[in-house]
Amino acid sequence: MHTKVIKSIDVESVRKQFPILDIMVHKKPLVYLDNAATTQKPLAVIDSMDKFYREYNSNIHRGVHKLSHLSTSQYEKSRQTIQGFIKAAEPEEIIFTKGATEAINLVAYSYGLMNLGKDDEILISHMEHHANIVPWQILCQKTGAVLKVIPINDDGELIMDEFYKLLSPKTKIVSIVHISNTLGTINPVKEIIDAAHSVDAVVLIDAAQSVHHASINVQALNPDFLVFSGHKVYGPTGIGVLYGKRAILESMPPYQTGGDMIKSVSFEKTIFNDLPNKFEAGTTNIAGAIGLAAAIEFIDSHGIENIAIHEANLLNYATEKLSQIEQLKIIGTATKKSAVISFVLDCAHPHDIGTLLDLEGVAVRTGQHCTEPLMKRFGIPATTRASFAVYNTYEEIDVLYNSILKVIKLFS
Amino acid sequence: MSEINELYQQVILDHNKNPRNFGIIDDATNTAEGHNPLCGDQIDVYAKVESGKILEIKFKGAGCAISKASASIMTTLIVGKTVAEAKGLFDDFINIVTADLSDKCDTLELGKLAVFCGVREYPARVKCASLAWHTMMKAIQKSELDDAPVSTEDMEITI
Ligand SMILES: Cc1ncc(COP(=O)(O)O)c(C=O)c1O
Repeated sequence: MHTKVIKSIDVESVRKQFPILDIMVHKKPLVYLDNAATTQKPLAVIDSMDKFYREYNSNIHRGVHKLSHLSTSQYEKSRQTIQGFIKAAEPEEIIFTKGATEAINLVAYSYGLMNLGKDDEILISHMEHHANIVPWQILCQKTGAVLKVIPINDDGELIMDEFYKLLSPKTKIVSIVHISNTLGTINPVKEIIDAAHSVDAVVLIDAAQSVHHASINVQALNPDFLVFSGHKVYGPTGIGVLYGKRAILESMPPYQTGGDMIKSVSFEKTIFNDLPNKFEAGTTNIAGAIGLAAAIEFIDSHGIENIAIHEANLLNYATEKLSQIEQLKIIGTATKKSAVISFVLDCAHPHDIGTLLDLEGVAVRTGQHCTEPLMKRFGIPATTRASFAVYNTYEEIDVLYNSILKVIKLFS
Repeated sequence: MSEINELYQQVILDHNKNPRNFGIIDDATNTAEGHNPLCGDQIDVYAKVESGKILEIKFKGAGCAISKASASIMTTLIVGKTVAEAKGLFDDFINIVTADLSDKCDTLELGKLAVFCGVREYPARVKCASLAWHTMMKAIQKSELDDAPVSTEDMEITI
């Protein structure tokens, strides 16, 4: 067995790789704590896309010229990088989409419409992002299937007893977020996947908040589908990934149709292409795929375990600091938690907090975080959320802490 | 801190903490619900309108300091006014939070409305400030036919 070398992240040198971290906001140094919404991009990502456009921009899978060959091979190499990153068995199981949202929609429409019928059940949880609620709702409307929701406790953890009660032979799809974007809760996805498989349900894991915080091996974890977005993992916007098991992907009809996803077209009949092209109709986001692969190489160069340790340290420090503030309540106190802290203050609404923190240079997210049912569950209109990434520092958490104290002073 | 004070002026902080005309009018003649789905702010307006005059106006709801203070100040300005006068104040207000009226803001020609001069620097907060005003307009112009709540998503605010 090979042992992993744990080495602590040299944050200063990491920060140098992110040009945007040097900017000033309202004459204050930027403290970027909105990483769960989107992460900043390292030079390696920016440069890889710049290089594509400057040196070998051309369409892929079509044309015999030199540049087309170069872009095709980089695009396919990017697929392999992602395959390696999540340890998929084959590169054909990696489908490029425009993001996690499109990947979930692809499964809902393609797999869902083909396989679901009246009174079948789809199981999600109370902490899902709207992207993992609405496509299933629409699928239910179209098929007569029923959406069931696993409840959560006051700490923001799934109530697993209820999950087992809801799970039945009627359950056809279980679609669960790995790490909650609002609460930071890390869900026991392995247990959920195994249980769902015991009733022959397929499982989709929404890994939008997890692939860059925790090492994922899809062959060991064994989900049928797993989705994530490039822009949350230090990569560009407009690119994301659907992982699916080959046998299931092969059984599914195309989601969109057009060029590149066909083998032959006549006006009478079209023969669809093989995986993965079957699901990549039209010209895809080539630069995005190349940028995403560069982002993954960036993560690998630091080691995802090392990044996870750094983020856990930041989370612990921030939790300890913010807990000292009497008027502050942390929303989401799961035992297993990722680098996200949502909170509310007695005296100030999240939007006021967000504006005031912004004036201190601190970028946080305020609102419902695309999890409106979750806000209702906690009986709050919105939260302020700080979320951490590899480049964040303890000093930045101090700035956050001091800025919150200023808000409280203003409002009391 | 000076930037903060532009938006969170003492008047706004005070109205947020001690909102005026907060509550429900049981025998209101005109009511409307206002909702900002993006942040969950909810401001409902109740008014008693007789012969084109707003005799009483109250609001209820929850939201950020800007939306609450704006609602509170709105009620103090609107009460006793005619529907036409209220419409005029509404137009002034929308101008202040969306257009550049720095001259007017400096000379304080705007009276109480001047506290909202800082809002237009914060495009994300324009909807917070204007929710109560849109809801008020909806309430006083209401005919029995339209009962749909005001949503900031239907508003055409040019920022
Ligand atoms: C948990 C989760 N799922 C899905 C999404 C949707 O990702 P995207 O908007 O990139 O498609 C997000 C993004 O906020 C998320 O946090």
